[in-house]
Amino acid sequence: MTRTIRLALLASTFMAGAAAAQDVTLTVESWRNDDLQIWQETIIPAFEAANPGIKINFAPTAPAEYNAVLNSKLDAGSAGDLITCRPFDASLELFNKGQLADLTDLESMANFSDVAKSAWQTDDGSATFCVPMASVIHGFLYNKAAFEELGLEPPKTVDEFYAVLDKIKEDGTYIPMAMGTPDQWEAATMGYQNIGPTYWKGEEGRKALIDGSQKLTDEGWVEPFRQLAKWKDYLGDGFEAQTYPDSQNLFTLGRAAIYPAGSWEIGVFEPQIAGAFEMGAFAPPIVAEGDTCYISDHTDIGIGLNAASQNADAARTFLEWVGSDEFASLYANALPGFFSLNSNPVEMENAVAQEFVSWRENCEPTIRSTYQILSRGTPNLENETWNASANVINGTETPEAAAERLQEGLASWYEPQQN
Amino acid sequence: MARRKGFRWHIAVFLAPAVLVYTAIMIIPLIGTLNLSLFGKGETGRVFVGLANFATLFGDPRWSAAFWNALANNAWFFLVHMLVQNPVGVMLAALLSSPRLRMAAFYRTAIFVPTILSFVIVGFVWKLILSPIWGIAPNMLDAVGLKSLFAPWLGREGTALTTLALVSVWQFVGIPMMLIYAALLSIPDEVIEAAEMDGVTGWPQFWKIKLPLILPSIGIISVLTFVGNFNAFDLIYVSQGALAGPNFATDLLGTFLYRTFFGFQLQLGDPHMGATIATAMFGIILVGVCIYLFAIQTRLRRYQF
Repeated sequence: MTRTIRLALLASTFMAGAAAAQDVTLTVESWRNDDLQIWQETIIPAFEAANPGIKINFAPTAPAEYNAVLNSKLDAGSAGDLITCRPFDASLELFNKGQLADLTDLESMANFSDVAKSAWQTDDGSATFCVPMASVIHGFLYNKAAFEELGLEPPKTVDEFYAVLDKIKEDGTYIPMAMGTPDQWEAATMGYQNIGPTYWKGEEGRKALIDGSQKLTDEGWVEPFRQLAKWKDYLGDGFEAQTYPDSQNLFTLGRAAIYPAGSWEIGVFEPQIAGAFEMGAFAPPIVAEGDTCYISDHTDIGIGLNAASQNADAARTFLEWVGSDEFASLYANALPGFFSLNSNPVEMENAVAQEFVSWRENCEPTIRSTYQILSRGTPNLENETWNASANVINGTETPEAAAERLQEGLASWYEPQQN
Repeated sequence: MARRKGFRWHIAVFLAPAVLVYTAIMIIPLIGTLNLSLFGKGETGRVFVGLANFATLFGDPRWSAAFWNALANNAWFFLVHMLVQNPVGVMLAALLSSPRLRMAAFYRTAIFVPTILSFVIVGFVWKLILSPIWGIAPNMLDAVGLKSLFAPWLGREGTALTTLALVSVWQFVGIPMMLIYAALLSIPDEVIEAAEMDGVTGWPQFWKIKLPLILPSIGIISVLTFVGNFNAFDLIYVSQGALAGPNFATDLLGTFLYRTFFGFQLQLGDPHMGATIATAMFGIILVGVCIYLFAIQTRLRRYQF
């Protein structure tokens, strides 16, 4: 009897082994270690159920180390089959080195608009090398309870925006706006890139900067800095040493009323607030009633194929699925605040995320002005913008001087800006 | 005629392990770095560019401004250590070696403990203490009625670097203290007794008898401080990030090197310029140490007991 069982066990082990041998396991490189659970519990089971024979192993690294780790793995030939793509030059460099495969012929690419694909294309748009996964939208989060208490309405225009801030400041219960400058990127990303598109008219200004017909010293590019300089009065005490986590905590603890945000904060904030108050969102204010509104709808994550992958066919199957409506819906709902780039609209359950995505209907979307092409040289425009935005808010540099400095830096290496 | 001694193989054999390990992990990478600084990125990969990278580093207005800023910050960082850390270390050692001090062992340990803490912990703890939002520094100042003196020191261009230098002093003051303490203990009792016979006691005894005897130790400590400070990186990186804010006010050569070599955010890393900065740092430290070895140490008088 025991013997039979043993034999049966042995046989089943071999058979399981044989079955496993036919399976292809694809490893996904990613910096989104926050998403590990979502991949393991939602995304991977859904894919594996529909595609027996392909297993997915999601293997993320820490965000700050991702680029360096990925580059060395690719050079050493030990990188996974699927590569999560940073937007623009970091991935373009990998494609040019022949480390990312050309995915232009993927069928599901038809599901994405040109703007969505622009982050993972060659400059002429002839080759696309990553499937767009998600974008993040900038705007402002606010504490609904605080607004009700003070009888405030979410502002639409710039004047209303400052009127609201003045009232919160006057009342004194809440810090009007939670933001600090030591980390610098908050000032640039949640400040300059958040309200800026309204002044440089989104894509129009961004493209004009790339082709050289506008300069960073033009009115549309200096005015956002002037606005940021005004923010100084509404930030909390000691904002010069208030870090990004400090700002997040001030808002989620209900001590600050408004938080200049990126939509990725939704998923982070909701569990922390844990129902203590309700969170709302308003779009970057427009200058005058009736103006077109512009939002930064920044292409942030894509996924591509390691050119050296042994399992390219299986990986392409997975990438086709990532481009499908099914993935878009799963991903957008599992991660509120990361919006699908798929052209077919996705139903989302999260109310704040719905609010963010609703701006797409009326407002002109653009991406962060410094990301495409303009940050290729030294000095790096994105990094300089961080520094300039923080300086302007700290009051150590005037908006005009900051813009002047950025323009000089850009013109020092970028030919279209040199005339 | 004495027989010529054969080659003493045992010397080579005993030296070999250390020489091999040191060559493999120190000398070869060092030469590799110096070599890398002479190359640049060309159309077809790495090309030899001679001293062009150095010309860029010192000639290009942006590169040179960043470099001199980092060097000036580094010099100030070093100066704060020399003016605060080492005198305080000597003073603490003098107090500790006083026979009338009670609980000397406790103080010695307590002051030395921060030295063995990780930079990450020190940077994080001080950032919390000095935080204008959650920190205890504003409350403590408030308790003694000096709240108005508080400012977000780490966030202001004028104060950030000095604050971090003082944090570093707090962490490392134990090292000069221990070395000087050991030097003070090694002064023979006869010398002290002879001084006392001549009526030299108290502070005059310290200045005239003990200090000259511990000067060589102070010299060594200064060199260690110099090398440590010009290689400093961790504390700034932990508390201010790789951008060494506000507005590069805390940028040291180490953080400048890191940003250049590994890249930052959208800035891709540039190993060639990075190696150029590393070479410049190596040169600065080499010159500094040589000045000490040949100009100062040879003039220090040594006493034999």
